[in-house]
Amino acid sequence: MLPTGDRPVIAALAFYLFAGILLASATMVVVARNPVHAVLFLILGFFNAAALFLLAGAEFLALILVIVYVGAVAVLFLFVVMMLDVNFAELREGFVRYAPIGGLIGGVLLVELLLVGTAWTLSPQAPLLIAEPVPDAVTNTRALGRVLYTDYVYLFQAAGLVLLVAMIGAIVLTLRDRPGVRRQNVAAQLARARDETLAVVKVPTGAGLRVVPKPEPKRQPEPAEHGQGDGRHHGGGH
Amino acid sequence: MVVGLGHYLAVAAILFTLGIFGIFLNRKNVIVILMSVELMLLAVNVNLVGFSAALGDLTGQIFTMLVLTVAAAEAAIGLAIVVVYFRNRGSIAVEDIRVMKG
Repeated sequence: MLPTGDRPVIAALAFYLFAGILLASATMVVVARNPVHAVLFLILGFFNAAALFLLAGAEFLALILVIVYVGAVAVLFLFVVMMLDVNFAELREGFVRYAPIGGLIGGVLLVELLLVGTAWTLSPQAPLLIAEPVPDAVTNTRALGRVLYTDYVYLFQAAGLVLLVAMIGAIVLTLRDRPGVRRQNVAAQLARARDETLAVVKVPTGAGLRVVPKPEPKRQPEPAEHGQGDGRHHGGGH
Repeated sequence: MVVGLGHYLAVAAILFTLGIFGIFLNRKNVIVILMSVELMLLAVNVNLVGFSAALGDLTGQIFTMLVLTVAAAEAAIGLAIVVVYFRNRGSIAVEDIRVMKG
């Protein structure tokens, strides 16, 4: 049974409160007119899901949910929504047109899920199949760590690889070289020779010097155009 | 009145359905579609945590962490694709994304 503490009524009330706010904010995410509001409702929903996790006794996951979802994913969404100047009202055309089919499919799916949810029973052999029973006198974080770094260490490493691939992919996708931007070229600076920059001029006494001769550049000029990310951007007109 | 596994399953089912509904409702806006996918993954996480707490098995919480990892990676890659697409085309409408269609 779920851990409810010594005050089950208060735990139940807290569950209904958090679940209600979670479902209401999820509804607002879906139907919100402004995507910025949708992201903010998404953040509210994540906080309430974290509270539900806390009620279920998964403290570490609750805090990870707040840190990862609210701190990283939702802020990333907010950043992208605010960075792109898209006419979001234009994207909402057909909202009413798509609502009936969406409601139909969602309703069918919900009815199916509720039918499945009311019809299943737990097998009597299920307690024998528990792979990692929750230890008694240990906090949730410590218990998770003991399991995660021993029995599931390969999955843990694979999760790290997934994050690495995502990081490299996001950087590769969004990195671009704009033409015409002056940028420090450290390799060129370090490879510079003295006679490319310095000219020794013999000045006759009393004659003065009108023009300092410029040293001949021997370096190859940089390649002007890079392949990807040519910066075509027809924003602004819409 | 006591909250059991069925309550968590019901919340997760409604949340998943809301995610599906959001994909149908906002099928022109990629960003809201990605947010709906995040809602669906959150519903999966609620299911896993509910079963983990009800059965007294920590494996569900391990799986939840892996789902969280995949969700974060998916959001990062998806939003990067959206940004690159907007930079190249000036629009993120879903029906404009058909360049690779033969």
